[in-house]
Amino acid sequence: MEQFLQQVASGLANGAIYACVALALVMIYVSTDHINFAQGEMAMFSTYISWQLMSWGLSFWFAFILAVLLSFVMGVVIERVVLRPLHNAPVLSIVVVFIGLLAIFNSVAGAIWSYLIKEYPSPFPKSSFGIAGVIGPHQLGVVLVTLIVLGLLFAFFRYTPLGLAMRAAAQNPQMARLVGVRVDWMLALGWGLAAAVGAVAGIMVAHIVYLDPNMMAGILLYAFASALVGGIGNPGGAVLGGFIVGVLENMVAFAGNLIEKTTGVYIIGNGEKLTVALIIVIFVLTVRPAGLFGRVVVKRV
Amino acid sequence: MAALLEVKGLKAFYGQTQSLYDVGFEIETGGITTLLGANGAGKTTTLRAICNMVRREGLVRFDGKDIKNMPTEEVVRLRIAAYTRKNKQAVRDELDRVFTYFPRLKERVQQQAGTLSGGEQQMLAIARALMLGPRLMLLDEPSFGLAPLIVVEIFRILRRINEEEKVSILLVEQNAALALDLADHAYVLETGHVVMSGPSSVVKNDENIRKSYLGY
Repeated sequence: MEQFLQQVASGLANGAIYACVALALVMIYVSTDHINFAQGEMAMFSTYISWQLMSWGLSFWFAFILAVLLSFVMGVVIERVVLRPLHNAPVLSIVVVFIGLLAIFNSVAGAIWSYLIKEYPSPFPKSSFGIAGVIGPHQLGVVLVTLIVLGLLFAFFRYTPLGLAMRAAAQNPQMARLVGVRVDWMLALGWGLAAAVGAVAGIMVAHIVYLDPNMMAGILLYAFASALVGGIGNPGGAVLGGFIVGVLENMVAFAGNLIEKTTGVYIIGNGEKLTVALIIVIFVLTVRPAGLFGRVVVKRV
Repeated sequence: MAALLEVKGLKAFYGQTQSLYDVGFEIETGGITTLLGANGAGKTTTLRAICNMVRREGLVRFDGKDIKNMPTEEVVRLRIAAYTRKNKQAVRDELDRVFTYFPRLKERVQQQAGTLSGGEQQMLAIARALMLGPRLMLLDEPSFGLAPLIVVEIFRILRRINEEEKVSILLVEQNAALALDLADHAYVLETGHVVMSGPSSVVKNDENIRKSYLGY
């Protein structure tokens, strides 16, 4: 039983990370209809920035905030400089640009900081934090931090005029322009926010997966799965999808271990977790392409 | 008096298709001008071209300023956008002022816009535009899909807004009789050309116009 609770708790902690990256993907998707394949690498890059700041002597939280802010700027700049000229380009060109960005971030990070795996500290106090035997201090901290970030984002989009303008720009760019919303800047801001949320995810997960240029590859896959489960156009769904996928992958591995223990037959275990994410992707796309909370988009031809 | 909006040699294109050829007109400060014409004559396109929502050529000058290369949102902002206002009290005052024209909206203040009746939604759209404190309102068929009584009410409100707020209006209408009653100047469009223009009273009494648009 204790083991079961442990698995659920660590699933929630992983799920919080997936939720953040999934949300970053969805934020860009709803306003531009594109999936940013470089989202994970951007988060990885941000994590390296925070690591660099820490190695220069900054405290964890100071480096955290600075790295998130820098990521925001990075997102805005990428949108303005790289994607703006491709405003009317076909989807395929933009996909290629995203893959190019992915490769660039990956190799630049490798060139600057090398491909050697680095340890990354956890900011949460070892003792007196977490619930003994159920959830460790870092896992609890990750869940808390991501919940705070998600709460802030929700409040921003729901209660501020700027958030309202951004939602309007995503929903109906042309009408938004007609009421005076600067849609182009809203897109750039969306990119900035997505990069910032991704940075939070990267920094939070680095202690678990260790820091290296390929750290986000698997997580991006989980995030895709999460976004799909929730319905790719639905931010709230993406967050919930993240937690669902996080818990589900652990449950599958847990059940696999249980079966092995009782019958001695190995079916599935920790090694196949990533497979679970891919199965979820395929399953959702075939059975319910709109996701749990998505609406089926009807297009008039 | 100088024209508030001056349009000269306006051409507009949807992709390869040209839908406006050499449209030109002027709107005087404080006036109500109407664009009449059959379906597909280019009335809506003219409004879109003014706001730079379609590819266009020609001169568009607002208050003496060339707005040809201005993106849509900046064109709109020439009349101060409400959502960027910081002063909450000013916004509330503005809202109260707008409610004096639309007492019906005040009754519905708790309701979601989508659940309002068609006429109330139209009022809401006009009220929202008024919140910007505009100098010129472009109205695209405010009578569309509404019951005749509501249409008369909306037109009465438009006249009041024009007189009390000194807002100039460019009105595109299918309902030519009503539009000519409200407007002081009229332009008639046919397949992307201006074919007639003049004071409403003159246009109203023109035999061709009477036959083709007024139906008597």
